Amino acid sequence: MLTEKETLLGKTRDELTQLSLDLGLPSYTGNQLAYWLYKTAVESFDEMTNISKKARAILNEKYDLGAFPPQSVKESLDGTKKYLFNAGKAKFIEAAYIPDGDRHTLCVSSQVGCKMGCLFCMTGKQGFQGQLDAGEILNQLRSIPERKLMTNIVYMGMGEPFDNLEAVMRSTAILTAEYGFAISVRKVTVSTIGIIPAMKIFLEQSKCNLAVSLHSPFDEERRKLMPIQNVYPVKDVVDTITQYDIGKYRRVSFEYIMFKGINDTRRHVNELARLLNKVNCRMNLIRFHTIPGTPLEGSDEDTILDFQAALNTKGITTTIRASRGQDIEAACGLLSTKELVKQKKEKGIPDA
Amino acid sequence: MKTKLKLTRVKVIRQREIAPSVFVLSFQRPWDFTAGQVIGIGGHENDEARLYSIASGELDDEVDILYNINPDGKLTPWMAQLNTADTLWVSEPFGSFTGSGEPGWWIASGTGIAPFVSMFRTGLYKNKKVIHGGRNLQSFYFHELFENELKDNYIRCCSREQSPEIYNGRITQYLRERSDLPTNEKYYLCGSAEMVVDARDILIEKGIPFDNIVSEIYF
Repeated sequence: MLTEKETLLGKTRDELTQLSLDLGLPSYTGNQLAYWLYKTAVESFDEMTNISKKARAILNEKYDLGAFPPQSVKESLDGTKKYLFNAGKAKFIEAAYIPDGDRHTLCVSSQVGCKMGCLFCMTGKQGFQGQLDAGEILNQLRSIPERKLMTNIVYMGMGEPFDNLEAVMRSTAILTAEYGFAISVRKVTVSTIGIIPAMKIFLEQSKCNLAVSLHSPFDEERRKLMPIQNVYPVKDVVDTITQYDIGKYRRVSFEYIMFKGINDTRRHVNELARLLNKVNCRMNLIRFHTIPGTPLEGSDEDTILDFQAALNTKGITTTIRASRGQDIEAACGLLSTKELVKQKKEKGIPDA
Repeated sequence: MKTKLKLTRVKVIRQREIAPSVFVLSFQRPWDFTAGQVIGIGGHENDEARLYSIASGELDDEVDILYNINPDGKLTPWMAQLNTADTLWVSEPFGSFTGSGEPGWWIASGTGIAPFVSMFRTGLYKNKKVIHGGRNLQSFYFHELFENELKDNYIRCCSREQSPEIYNGRITQYLRERSDLPTNEKYYLCGSAEMVVDARDILIEKGIPFDNIVSEIYF
């Protein structure tokens, strides 16, 4: 967002308490701030009516809320909405709101663009323009009209969450804290392509769900689709996960985009069963949403159904993810603000 | 915080600034490695390590690391002030972005040339074409090495400065202009996400099967 002042959104209650004390305000001002930041949608200190006018003036002089509204929204025929945010200096990001009966999911971005360069992903094609801080991640939920409906948060938007671990951990802590958004840890899922050191920290320090982008169980095939395989092979990712007691309620899932003739054969089913046989996990099959210039094609419907059945027979609980928001390019792998970033750059605004 | 990478102490042998804010740091080799692999580097035993490609050959006594200073980072400004006999913490080598003796193209931007320097020094340069992109004329690290051996098969693409023997423009522009890229050879890409993704798209547009393209992205 366009501000020079330090922002409050993204700070924990303890930090809010400490900064209140540092400003000479009562310690309970920290609790009040946490309430206004995370339980309401107020946009200014003046709206924080239980904080004294004098305290509001002091806060206003030094801090900014860090909350900013979406710049625009597109709505799909299926009810999915894609929100565009401008966090300043060409930091354009998107978040997708996906309603499904009683379930309301927000897919949030953790970076502007992405460095991982997966062959099938539109976000990867825009390169990397910057990190989001925890406040900018949380603002994607806080600032939209559906915020109070939200039951599930998934970190599956733009960016690789584990390449921005600190902000992601901080934001999940506030999302799940009672003083924060109070969303159950069982309803928050962080998705990664498998950056092992960061994944270990996440598994040790967070209770949120983990999703891993798998896309091929074979080393040679996966490295053609996902450059990260050269550094962190998926076998090591799976071995790492098996070293942790995932517990009864935490969910580990593997995401698998189905590519015609590439990763949708019986050979893949057998190898997936071998790879995942020690992990208590689920598999999500995802239809490929084609992107410009890609050499890849999506598997046909019958193949996807057969693949699902074969994996279920092997004992891997497998579901097929419904494609949502395709008509507004909000579906899996389609989020991109490349054109907006380019336009801003042409106007001389540098990367964040 | 725990990390997967176990770091062990090594002593710096030397440090050379080979271009403004670009260094080659050398330390005694504590393990075997395969050309093209990476190591984690930290300032302390418990640091979260950052990954760097090895730039020395498999049989060299010393390990070279090519890096540039990221002014917003913590590690590289610290590394740049290390002197001989100072301590550095490194992981064992790992990774599968490794070379072979088959004909192929090594395409790199900036310090992304490091794994190819390692492959070159290991003797894998025969039948190779090297395309290196940089912003200015000082960006072509280890150019003597490639120039002497590969002659016309070593192409430098400079986006901001001009020189008669250097292609004036980005790697992506150079690749677009080439109409003779073989479709049956391997293409190895290493560097920033932007370069790798754009170059990969161009190669695919030119009919190179995606499974002949191997990428390593610096993140």
